[in-house]
Amino acid sequence: MRPTATTAAAPSGDPSATGATAPGPPSGPGGPGSLTVVPARHPARWAAALAVAVLAAQFTHGLATNPVWEWDVFRGYLFSETIVQAVGVTLQLTACATVLGFLLGTVLAFMRLSRSPVLATAAWTYIWIFRSIPMIVQLVFWFNLSALYEELGLGIPFGPVLWSVDSDSLIGTIGAAVVGLSLHQAAYAAEIVRGGVVSVDHGQLEAAAALGIPRLRQIRRIVLPQAMRAILPAAGNEVVGLLKGTSVVYVMAIGELFYQVQVVYGRTGRVIPLLLVATAWYVVLTSVLSVAQYYVERHFARGADRTPPPTPLQRARRSLRALRAAAARRDRPVVPAATLRGENR
Amino acid sequence: MTLSKSPASPKGAADGTAGETDRVMVDVRGVHKGFGPLEVLRGVDLRVRAGEVTVVLGPSGSGKSTLLRTINHLEKVDRGWISVDGELIGYRRSGDKLYELKEKEVLRQRTRIGFVFQDFNLFPHLTVEENLVEAPVSALRRPRKEARETARRLLERVGLAGRAGTYPRQLSGGQQQRVAIARALALEPKVLLFDEPTSALDPELVGEVLDVIKDLARSGTTMIVVTHEIGFAREVADTVVFMDGGVVVEQGPPSAVLDNPRQERTRAFLSKVL
Repeated sequence: MRPTATTAAAPSGDPSATGATAPGPPSGPGGPGSLTVVPARHPARWAAALAVAVLAAQFTHGLATNPVWEWDVFRGYLFSETIVQAVGVTLQLTACATVLGFLLGTVLAFMRLSRSPVLATAAWTYIWIFRSIPMIVQLVFWFNLSALYEELGLGIPFGPVLWSVDSDSLIGTIGAAVVGLSLHQAAYAAEIVRGGVVSVDHGQLEAAAALGIPRLRQIRRIVLPQAMRAILPAAGNEVVGLLKGTSVVYVMAIGELFYQVQVVYGRTGRVIPLLLVATAWYVVLTSVLSVAQYYVERHFARGADRTPPPTPLQRARRSLRALRAAAARRDRPVVPAATLRGENR
Repeated sequence: MTLSKSPASPKGAADGTAGETDRVMVDVRGVHKGFGPLEVLRGVDLRVRAGEVTVVLGPSGSGKSTLLRTINHLEKVDRGWISVDGELIGYRRSGDKLYELKEKEVLRQRTRIGFVFQDFNLFPHLTVEENLVEAPVSALRRPRKEARETARRLLERVGLAGRAGTYPRQLSGGQQQRVAIARALALEPKVLLFDEPTSALDPELVGEVLDVIKDLARSGTTMIVVTHEIGFAREVADTVVFMDGGVVVEQGPPSAVLDNPRQERTRAFLSKVL
């Protein structure tokens, strides 16, 4: 508010002079517009900010000067072939488990919401069990699937088997990891999707039903797009969690990022820089996901607001324009206050 | 009953078939409906002839909205039956048994019955045009191009030409309700049901919605309108139905029911709202 107040006062003469000499209450002869506003002081806030700045400087200084970080080793491995390939595996695992997990999760969510008590109970049981088993335990289970069932086959239930396959060849190590991650993810995704579906106004379904829109189409076209607004923030968390969660599959000796990093430092003994390599990649990937999430959320928010908020890019462009306008103004002698405020918007 | 007729043509005679006027479009017989221990409809009988406008009045809780919702099977009836244009709603009759229809068949029946909600229930994530195109394309399998042309024509008819690309929340309440009416019309229904179409609107927006409904009435659309707008009933209705306590208390032309009510309950209600 302060700049506006002084700006508004500017055309009426020297603001500090009138402000300093005006006696009495703000509603005095000068009027409220001609008084200078002295902002409140916050010494404690300044002290705290200073402390944080000193700590940050210390930490940065340590990063740069402490030889243990071994930045040259970090640089050497960051884009090395092994590591980049491992990042690829991590991305593959994340992508597969996200897609499969959310597909299965959506089916489970609608099973839980269905009027059939059998379907609802089955979905509830699935969610109960898979949320109860730690991911690492489940992964090792899938890894040892061949011990549990040597052969997997298709046939008549409790009757003859028509086609069968050795379980080891059907589910390789990567397959076991994808299955484990997906099944685990599905249990969480189911609850997130269900939460989104329940949040959609009941009138929407009634309107769709009154228009005779087919049931599946109601879900796909009317309910899910609106549910997405509630689903996406939680789903974003899940995908980021999954990306980092893939590091758990190192127990199955799959060459994803964390496993490869361990292999390398097991051989070279350069633990800290290689952990930094993994950290850097996880941070970059998560950042990319976060940006993607922002735009996906924006897409599904269409129609929700009368005027959608600007994207960061639009905002940056706008402030750049404002800066340029301000620079141009400096050359001009006197500008009415109303115009100033208008251009700031 | 559909929109192909010119808006100016007089009611009933629009098809050029005089016999049409006597055809019963909506037939409600002995309908009972309860929610738990609460009996909302207690034996409602109602006949609406093709091309007629029926306005249903009554105090809140009298079962008006529930009756309307049973006609397109948004609510299942406990007893009695309803038919629209001779077709039983929600059931198939074989001998003296009623077989419940599958959802798919109920959905098909609903495409013949337009419904306009009190709070519009437009799809907020779809543009106005997409709102109008959705059902004809997905339920009636109309080509998208044709549905889009129909949508434009209907928007023009409700006075919203040029708003096809906007989202519902960018419109005023009155405009949203007019879009909702156009959306119901897009399926070319045999009958239009209005559930208190102006109750959620600011007073100054009520007129524009009622004007659209009046225009439909003049074009010979069969309609049942639940409303509290007595003036609208007097002007537009062929039949006024007064409901209270889950039954039809009195019905007849507006001049009879509104000006010379025979029942004490009707008189009491009218004295409060007029």
